[in-house]
Amino acid sequence: MPKVVVDVMPKPEILDPQGKAVLGALPRLGFSGVTEVRQGKRFELELDTVDDGVLREVEQMAETLLSNPVIENFTVRVEG
Amino acid sequence: MKVGVVTFPGSLDDVDAQRAVRVGGNEAVPLWHGDHDLRGVDAVVLPGGFSYGDYLRCGAISRFSPVMVEVVEAAGRGMPVLGICNGFQILCESHLLPGALIRNDHRRFVCLDQRLRIENTRTPWTSSYAEGAEVTIVLKNGEGGFVADAETLDRIEGEGQVVARYLEGNPNGSLRDIAGIANERGNVVGLMPHPEHAVEALTGAGTDGLGFFTSLAGLAQDTFA
Repeated sequence: MPKVVVDVMPKPEILDPQGKAVLGALPRLGFSGVTEVRQGKRFELELDTVDDGVLREVEQMAETLLSNPVIENFTVRVEG
Repeated sequence: MKVGVVTFPGSLDDVDAQRAVRVGGNEAVPLWHGDHDLRGVDAVVLPGGFSYGDYLRCGAISRFSPVMVEVVEAAGRGMPVLGICNGFQILCESHLLPGALIRNDHRRFVCLDQRLRIENTRTPWTSSYAEGAEVTIVLKNGEGGFVADAETLDRIEGEGQVVARYLEGNPNGSLRDIAGIANERGNVVGLMPHPEHAVEALTGAGTDGLGFFTSLAGLAQDTFA
């Protein structure tokens, strides 16, 4: 079954408090060298078929529900 | 006036909001998220809480509930709509208000008596306040940071759409200390603090929130029904 992945990330100019919390926790665990962490969401959609029309529809899903375009960017790609 | 208060799965403050509506001298009408029906109300309150468990994003699922179809349509006709906390988040997700609300910059839940300045008294929810009035209204949120791009912030400030601003410290990282905004027309207001918890002297820090529920009385009956 084909899978379409939608990655949603906070826009670069939007503060990401969760990413900041992860960044703060890493050195406490002994991991050094990480200078920035941004946390997003990954959606895996399983579909019967994938073609250009389906991908356009997934873009619409991403725009209307999966992401909030005011604060987030998204990418759509076919996987597997 | 008849003021509808929507209950979503996960709403917490719907009963307090109904009580505040009554204390403010209006009739409270319970509305259900699953109904395409506003039951003839003159105004709507979207209360605080964690509708749909805050899944995906706060307010993101609620926005597509049947009752919100009716609320969006009625707001377009000019019906007064007040969104408190989670209700504010739902109004932003619905694009009835600009901007969005994100996790508090310090990452902790806040619960405190918050000083505010009421900056826009021309809305149906704030007309009983004096312009520039400084009030204390309880604030409790985990995702109350108001954000928008600079152009949008400039526009809503320029158009006088900032309804309330935080005083004496910014509790959640909201840009330009914005605690509440209105749409261009002024009938839709979103507010992160909870005026419904500040309507009776017996509980809370005072009655400074009552104005949000008495202001409607200044409107002509049946204007928006």
